[in-house]
Amino acid sequence: MSQISAGAPKEKLASRTAAMIVMGISTLYFLVPIWWLFVGSTKSRAQFSSTIGLWFADFNLWQNIHDLLAYNDGVYLRWMLNSILYAGFGALLGTLFAAMCGYALAKYRFPGRELIFNVVLGGVLVPATALALPLFLIFSQFNATNTFWSVFLPSLVSPFGVYLARIFASASVPDELLEAARLDGAGEVRTFFSVSRRLMTPALVTIFLFQFVAIWNNFFLPLIMLRDQTLFPVTLGLYTWNSQVNQIPEIRTLVIVGAFLSIIPLIIAFLSLQRFWRGGLGAGSVK
Amino acid sequence: MTTTSVPRLKARRVPVKHKKAIAIFLAPFAVLFAAFYLLPIGWAIFQSLLVVERNGTFGKPTQVFGGLSQYVLVFQNEAFWSSVGRVLLFGVVQVPVMLGFALLLALLLDSPLVKGKKFFRLAFFVPYAVPGVIAAIMWGYLYSPNLSPFAAFTSNVDLLAPETVLWSIANVVTWIYVGYNMLIIYSALLALPSEIFEAARLDGANQWQIAWSIKIPLVAPAIVLTAIFSIIGTLQLLAEPQVFRSFTSSVSSTFTPNMTVYATSAVPNVSLAAAMSVVLAIATFIMSFTFLRLTQRKGDK
Repeated sequence: MSQISAGAPKEKLASRTAAMIVMGISTLYFLVPIWWLFVGSTKSRAQFSSTIGLWFADFNLWQNIHDLLAYNDGVYLRWMLNSILYAGFGALLGTLFAAMCGYALAKYRFPGRELIFNVVLGGVLVPATALALPLFLIFSQFNATNTFWSVFLPSLVSPFGVYLARIFASASVPDELLEAARLDGAGEVRTFFSVSRRLMTPALVTIFLFQFVAIWNNFFLPLIMLRDQTLFPVTLGLYTWNSQVNQIPEIRTLVIVGAFLSIIPLIIAFLSLQRFWRGGLGAGSVK
Repeated sequence: MTTTSVPRLKARRVPVKHKKAIAIFLAPFAVLFAAFYLLPIGWAIFQSLLVVERNGTFGKPTQVFGGLSQYVLVFQNEAFWSSVGRVLLFGVVQVPVMLGFALLLALLLDSPLVKGKKFFRLAFFVPYAVPGVIAAIMWGYLYSPNLSPFAAFTSNVDLLAPETVLWSIANVVTWIYVGYNMLIIYSALLALPSEIFEAARLDGANQWQIAWSIKIPLVAPAIVLTAIFSIIGTLQLLAEPQVFRSFTSSVSSTFTPNMTVYATSAVPNVSLAAAMSVVLAIATFIMSFTFLRLTQRKGDK
């Protein structure tokens, strides 16, 4: 970018250097812990505590992964699969429902529209964790705690997703287009799935990703609902392992490797979908 | 967030078109929202009005209506209030630090001073992909006096002591969310029309002046949004301190309000825990709502 230089070139160089130093130090702050986790997951138990933390010793990653997958009949893989089911399907369905609801609120006029939107908006301000205990009480009425559904179903609800979907639907789906589709004789629901959904795609990817992260990271709900190890998401599983480290020292290596492997899917998802969510992220505030 | 503050009231009766389609669009979310949002709230309120009564010492416990007695107990519960005080202290310090940091990085990223924007944007955002539990496990080791790669420092300064652990946890939360908040502010900055800055620059304003008197006021709505989410998040703090319990005894089982709810429900005293949940939800709601109102009023001047 070419700039009209306002100050003296020396002053400009100083600001530039100061800015880059701040950026550099921040990069270290954000990435060194992850680097440490990667390096740590390549080390044997003995070398983990005896060698320097930020650089490699003998490369033991594959052996560690092998041990991780073998431990306790491969329960780690089960946890990863559970997390992918909870977060993947939960976010997929949740996004669809939020999109439909937000779209209806944006594109149709009907009595109670503002009321519904305000109730949903109130839902954004009610923290999900405040609902964990009452949800447990309700599910226990039906003897349904400690089941897949007790974590999956509540995860489908995303009031913030509705809020975003409404904003995006008003901004990206022109009324004229809907009128044209109507003149062509297409039904409302079909128009949504064939035309509007496509126009809303960047928004939907954003909603999906953030709901995916919210479910993947959710800790209180599975903590309070689940007793059966085989239903745990990976976060809860690693948490229980980590609290056993003092009794079973060899499990520490597994916690480190398991933690490292568990963050890879999310990082890949964010990197590969960034061209979608980048545009969508600020929408909640800009519009 | 202007769309929310302008309710369009229509007094005229217009026949509703596409009723069936609207119902199809609304139904799935509405059903789930009612079942897993509204019903639990109602249930929590209902449960919080019950008390357990026993017939004699060994009699079967039965739940009977107890009015607001559980709320009286909540207000007398010292552990609960000290946990609330702790997260408020946490929030008063951590939220401004985190958002200030996020704002600084967003402004730098938006300024012509920085090269390699794409890389920095991603690097700062990566921690957001790390779940709170994992981040807490990671930092727990980084803080550890003997296993940390910075043991030279951590063996001399105890980051897991009762006086310091709250701020050690604050660092974990900051580490996770700075990049996320930065991106929200940064996208708001990108959306600003560049003509505004051109005019200021021709008038001789430097980058800092432009940032301070033009950019920050214009992205205030984005900062408000991040602040609200941060306030909600602070009051809900659970995963990070819960994980730290396996690294240090400085974190009690009632360290944060949500941990108190969990510990109380495990006793088990579900009615008291439900009353705490209700108080907590109302407090969160009021705080974020008030903050929203205050900042909006300011903007209207």
